[in-house]
Amino acid sequence: MGGLRMRGRGWEGVVAGLWLALAWASPANAATAQTLVNRGNERGAPPCQSCHGAGGRGQAAAGFPRLAGLDAGYLRRQLDDYAKGTRSNAVMQPVAQALSPDERDGVAMYYARLPVPVKAMVTKPADGPGADARGATLATRGRWSAQVPACEQCHGPGGVGVGANFPPLAGQPAAYIEAQLKAWQQGTRRNDPLGLMQHLSRALSAQDIAAVAQWFAAQSPVGRSVGK
Amino acid sequence: MTARLIALLLAPLVLAACSGRTPLDAHAADAPRAAAPAAKAPATTAFTPPAESEIPAGPYGDMVRLGREIFLHTRKAAPAYVGNGLNCVNCHLDAGRLADSAPLWGAYGMYPQYRKKNHHVNSYGERLQGCFTYSMNGKAPPLDDPVIVALETYSYWMAQGAPLGTKLEGAGYPSVPRPAKAPDYARGQSVFGRDCALCHGAQGQGQKVAGTYVFPPLWGPDSFNWGAGMHELDKAAAFIKANMPLSRGGMLSDQDAWDVAMFMDAHERPQDPRYHGDLAATRKAYHDTPMSLYGTRVNGRLLGARPAQ
Repeated sequence: MGGLRMRGRGWEGVVAGLWLALAWASPANAATAQTLVNRGNERGAPPCQSCHGAGGRGQAAAGFPRLAGLDAGYLRRQLDDYAKGTRSNAVMQPVAQALSPDERDGVAMYYARLPVPVKAMVTKPADGPGADARGATLATRGRWSAQVPACEQCHGPGGVGVGANFPPLAGQPAAYIEAQLKAWQQGTRRNDPLGLMQHLSRALSAQDIAAVAQWFAAQSPVGRSVGK
Repeated sequence: MTARLIALLLAPLVLAACSGRTPLDAHAADAPRAAAPAAKAPATTAFTPPAESEIPAGPYGDMVRLGREIFLHTRKAAPAYVGNGLNCVNCHLDAGRLADSAPLWGAYGMYPQYRKKNHHVNSYGERLQGCFTYSMNGKAPPLDDPVIVALETYSYWMAQGAPLGTKLEGAGYPSVPRPAKAPDYARGQSVFGRDCALCHGAQGQGQKVAGTYVFPPLWGPDSFNWGAGMHELDKAAAFIKANMPLSRGGMLSDQDAWDVAMFMDAHERPQDPRYHGDLAATRKAYHDTPMSLYGTRVNGRLLGARPAQ
């Protein structure tokens, strides 16, 4: 042990450390992720950006979610869950299965590092003020008579997202949020910790889901302050 | 030594448990874990508070709204009186409206009340002051301070139509039958890791967004202090069983609720403000109950001896 420690302090150790540092900083990972994003891979994964947009901004009209700035752990887990089928989606399942574990890590970290697009696809609620009020109430106060907490209580103020388990809802396409809530309801998405989303989504009506999806789609992805 | 002390402290619990529920209850809640139907039907109560949309316009309604704002965003709306990272709504869900979550409508009509905690008759305002002193680890606002007036007004508005001096169904936290086995730190730790750490963090530190807590810290310098009711095992178990995890109230078994309450309350937190240099004396004066671990030794740590700050 003592010898090792000595060597670690000698110039050989410094050289070894330099090699390590070089290997660490080498663009191999980033290039792989960049290639996947732009061109896909030879096992059939299409380029991520063909659906998730340039800079990972998503495509609101098609309901493809923003990936830029999402938590890397969250993104990685979603890819794993698509591959396993605990999150089922006809498009994403074969894509995830075509990615190696290293490639999943790479793209997850790639998108996590991209800046959150400030003005991307913030849409105004399409329906009247009634729908907006219903969405706002569910989002900020919940419906406790049915054991439904405010979405903000876990997903953060304005739905900006909290940590690796509560992804951002703010500024995501309404069609995407709506589809997810329905997937929780129907059990085609069942990768939620403690069954939280599968459980509470069952207390929501189709109108609730549409209203809350539109409310979050209209929120700024970079957040607002708490309170009024 | 530690285990013996805890066993000793909790012996009354075990004795009480023998007379009541069967141990079968302990794991009854394990089944509905992953994607099960509602573990608890929505609470039905004898009293329903008015809808928020009914808060009137004008100066009275403004005060009700201010009270609600303070209740939801206490640290931000009453910074002079809050010394931690909590908000009233953390322990009184749905802005203080939810049955079995110590709703304001269940408390308001029960004051003035004699309290053993301070050996005199407390007005509702004084009761609110206690929340700031202990649960918020802060400073009691004067009784005529707008913070107290607003919270009183909000409570009064919410309790309109409720009978005075009657303990309403859904008031307070429903007590949880004493568990078959004395609450245990190690079992509580595994419940915590399984069902609580997701939101409250692996170290119970809570989770923040942009400097503001989204999930409250359960111990440590930003949590409630050793004088708060929630540091007592029965109260914590009752809150947890009825309300945690958010949206899954009733999911934990009684045993799990007691175990995880014990785990939470066996961690350091800010000092009891009534402490004046003698831990044993403070325990004797204010915490002489098996429900408090203050001044006792758990896992070799004398609780209250090195309070979080």
